[in-house]
Amino acid sequence: MEDLLEILEELHDDVDYETCTTLIDDKILDSFDIVTIVAEVNNVFDVQIPAEELIPENFNSAKALYALIERLEDE
Amino acid sequence: MQTNVLEYLESTVLKVPHKVAYANEEDVLTFQQVYDYARAIGSAIATYHYDKQPIVVYMKKHPNAISAFYGVVYSGNFYVPIDEEMPQYRIELIFQTLQPKMIICDEETQKHIQELNYQGHICLFEEMIQTPIHQETLTKIREKALDIDPLYIVFTSGSTGIPKGVVACHRSVIDYIENLSEVLQVTEGSVFGNQAPLYFDACLKELYPTLKFGATTYLVPKNLFMFPIQLIEFLNKHKINTICWVASALSLVSGLKTFDKIKPEYLHTIAFGSEVFPIKQYNEWKRVLPDARFINLYGPTEATGMSCYYEVKKEFALDDVIPIGKPFHNTEVLLLKEDNTLAKKDEIGEICIRGTAVTLGYYHNKEKTNEAFVQNPLNDAYSEIIYRTGDLARYNENHELIFVSRKDYQIKHMGHRIELGEIEQHVQMLEGITNACCIYDQEVEKIVLYYIGVKETKEVKAYLKGKLPRYMIPNVVRKLDDMPLTPNGKMNRRLLKEMYKESRRK
Repeated sequence: MEDLLEILEELHDDVDYETCTTLIDDKILDSFDIVTIVAEVNNVFDVQIPAEELIPENFNSAKALYALIERLEDE
Repeated sequence: MQTNVLEYLESTVLKVPHKVAYANEEDVLTFQQVYDYARAIGSAIATYHYDKQPIVVYMKKHPNAISAFYGVVYSGNFYVPIDEEMPQYRIELIFQTLQPKMIICDEETQKHIQELNYQGHICLFEEMIQTPIHQETLTKIREKALDIDPLYIVFTSGSTGIPKGVVACHRSVIDYIENLSEVLQVTEGSVFGNQAPLYFDACLKELYPTLKFGATTYLVPKNLFMFPIQLIEFLNKHKINTICWVASALSLVSGLKTFDKIKPEYLHTIAFGSEVFPIKQYNEWKRVLPDARFINLYGPTEATGMSCYYEVKKEFALDDVIPIGKPFHNTEVLLLKEDNTLAKKDEIGEICIRGTAVTLGYYHNKEKTNEAFVQNPLNDAYSEIIYRTGDLARYNENHELIFVSRKDYQIKHMGHRIELGEIEQHVQMLEGITNACCIYDQEVEKIVLYYIGVKETKEVKAYLKGKLPRYMIPNVVRKLDDMPLTPNGKMNRRLLKEMYKESRRK
């Protein structure tokens, strides 16, 4: 989780990722951020987020995103 | 001879009144509705007797906003679209230049306007369309109108910190739309999927050919550009066959491996521009859509929209650049060297544009206008204005134009044109900051800000969010103890670039 928060904080250091659950709904993340996240997650976790997992629900909170990464790691 | 863009609407509404002109995921407007709304809005504005005034359209991205544009034109004035998400500070800067007498808003944006210190008329779209159409007045207004009258103003980044308003007239837009439509081969069957915001000239590519041919434009929800499978589903659902997107939007779709799961079913024309489209991503698109036409477009806002095109028909090596090709019909590119003579063979020169599509310059800004809109140095016999783009290019062996670089610190970031100087100006205005320098790392597409001062990076970023549109906010902010300087005492941008690249590798 720490590693993920670091990636996210590099994008927007004024967001409280521990509590925010509307990263997409409130337009905090944009398409550029998504691309960066996909690339960084690949670098750091060695996990490729497939296109079908690129849905708002997986990116609305750090928690959801981390759950996705864990799920993909298990596969 | 056509002298007003509304003639497109007036002839099309007779042919296909009930066809959908503009739509988003929820609402549609037929040509008849666009026609009726526009004339009602025109009639409402006409009661104020403004003549050739800027009228701000401050509405969310919606088919209604487009009909408001045409309504402003019916009233004998010109429209100025404003980004609904733009920080208040920037809107106020733009209003200082414009001094607009009227703002058209919707129920959502109305709240934001109340926060501005704005003294003019605030009109609500939903009320304006209830106005009875006064055709006689509108006809009288039209009789007086010339094709050299302004149609719109769009604002673009200015290196001094103040955005510049580019003024375009009807004749330039008609010239552009006629020639662009020919290149894109637009027909009544064209279904556009619009990506560009309505507050840039880029949306002209969909809005006006739709009027001219009785085609249809879907406004693609911005959110979908984060979720590429949903994006392609949207294209397929609405049978979208023509897109003119910034290259980064296309790259996003192919780069995230979307085509493994879903393919566009109806797309046959893909135009891209505003930035370099990497060959690797182009190849992906070509593989999935082997029969589609791919067209690279190039052009500055100051020449109405796009000025040059190149249809990709051959294969390129991965490290090749797709040419920007040749100018549209009725536009000429002069490639001028430093000494104002034409570049020969493979010499590099500045792209200077000649033709009807050259706009009227920057609103209330003679100084900046005179710097860029200049007498053709190759002609001292009569008055002839060309626009100096600041883009450097050369010809390849097939006499196709190849973009080389910028003359100054203007960049293209995710399709947006940005003056790094504008960002620096704002940082320097922040108390406790003594120096600031922005660089752009093309490779990873990041704007990097270096500064010296007592403020924390967090504070600087938060401050900028209140001053600049989102796409101009630096992606990386770093504090320095000393600013590296060149021997001449200027900020050493090259060294900063290397510093950033170095830190990225670690």
